[in-house]
Amino acid sequence: MRRKREVAIIGIGQTRVGEHWDKSIKQLAAEAILNAIKDAKVERVDILYVGNALSGELAFQEHLGAAVADYAGLRTIEACKVEAAGASGAAALRLGYLAVAGGLADFVIVCGVEKVTDSPIEKVNSALSLGIDGEYEREMGLSLTALSALMMRRYMHEYGYELKDFANFSVNAHKNAVNNPYAMFRNPITEKAFTEARMVVEPINLLDSAPVADGAAALILCPLDMAKDFNPKPVRVAASVVVTDTLALHERKDLLFLEAAYLSTRRAYETAGIKPNDVDLFELNDSFTIMSALSLEAAGFAGRGEGVKLAMDGEIFIEGRIPISTMGGLKARGNPLGATGVYQVVEAVIQLRHEAGPNQVKDAHWALVQSIGGTGGTVVTHVLEGPD
Amino acid sequence: MSLPAVWRTRKQRYSLVGEVCPECGVKIFPPRDLCPECSKPAQTPYTFSGKGIVYSFAIVYQAPEEFEEYAPYAVALVKLEEGPMVTAQLTDVDPEEIKVGMPVEMVTRKLYEEGKSGVIHYGYKFRPRIE
Repeated sequence: MRRKREVAIIGIGQTRVGEHWDKSIKQLAAEAILNAIKDAKVERVDILYVGNALSGELAFQEHLGAAVADYAGLRTIEACKVEAAGASGAAALRLGYLAVAGGLADFVIVCGVEKVTDSPIEKVNSALSLGIDGEYEREMGLSLTALSALMMRRYMHEYGYELKDFANFSVNAHKNAVNNPYAMFRNPITEKAFTEARMVVEPINLLDSAPVADGAAALILCPLDMAKDFNPKPVRVAASVVVTDTLALHERKDLLFLEAAYLSTRRAYETAGIKPNDVDLFELNDSFTIMSALSLEAAGFAGRGEGVKLAMDGEIFIEGRIPISTMGGLKARGNPLGATGVYQVVEAVIQLRHEAGPNQVKDAHWALVQSIGGTGGTVVTHVLEGPD
Repeated sequence: MSLPAVWRTRKQRYSLVGEVCPECGVKIFPPRDLCPECSKPAQTPYTFSGKGIVYSFAIVYQAPEEFEEYAPYAVALVKLEEGPMVTAQLTDVDPEEIKVGMPVEMVTRKLYEEGKSGVIHYGYKFRPRIE
């Protein structure tokens, strides 16, 4: 392989996650893009990748590359939409990384956007499951939540956990969102509230699952050797890896092992030249607490069946051994589907720039960021390195 | 799921017909034409016994739109005797009595209707095994 260029993130932008009745999908995307351009102080950009999961289904707009480019004042720019269910935003970053690393573009905007409130909630809930297997999972009456509940039940059965043992994942997320002005739910919750919440798909309840919402976030990428001309604190993309697995859960060899997450983090560590011990924070997919537990295990922070223990012992808090969901995660910042992967990276960049205020992870230098599509059919992992 | 999709998958839906790999003998469900073990073509039909055990289960309270009128209902991963795992609803059982490891067998049932005048979708569900 030919030598690639090092890639840096020099600008970030985001909108508050929530119900934006007054804004269209194009307005949300443009707001995030303009914030990122302002942050990076760039004057030209070469390509726009728009990460989005369900704009055709829920916001009645496809052809999103051109739609967003036009509305954000970037008419004539190369642009297209990137889709990989809940990992769409992260997959868009992967394409942006390829373009800059490969020397085909100098300045790339990666925007993740999702607009769900233009559709009624029943339609949103059904659309959420379009990323699972249509013929053999959805047709049988299962949803993404139901499949996650099947993983959680088996996990509890095999390792002997109870519902309350998972509480700290959501407690931590809500605690961290209090200090994030862009988060959807800025209220702390208790273990008691968690265990008593209304069931969605037993054993998954309302406070176990991340709320779907509107939102947009954006990043500006450029070659690392040009980065300091624009931003005194560029963040290096030290690894960018995508791995796929079976779409359907029943096709997996091992229900409780996210193989794509394992492979992508292992390759990411190798590329970045780091070990799990070097990671200062981990922005993971906490769409359901079981996904957090399995992600911690797949990334090498806990043995099989011990991911939940990290939460029970408080090791996932800001001051813990491996802080997760440091700005609220999907659970409390909110889950704007195709935008989520970009939000995760924006938040990791804030940590690595040491601008996270009360949520700052001390001396944060290496961040692991992972987005998951469906139940693990697509896993996108990035390693980010802070300035100096 | 669209009508053509239901039609072209009718054998697996109504009779649990999968495939067996002529190379390595692995039994495959749902059929996928390529062996998941050895990646060789595998299109030899194989009819499953429909017997298995509950590997995991969940109770759906918030159901997808088409299934709302049936909630709450139980869903499961069923490990078939021949090896493969199947995703399906459990039926003819009190949710309180479902346990991991419970023996079950396949039955054909209504899954959902496309509105009052639309097509009715049928398929497999699993019930506690009757010896």
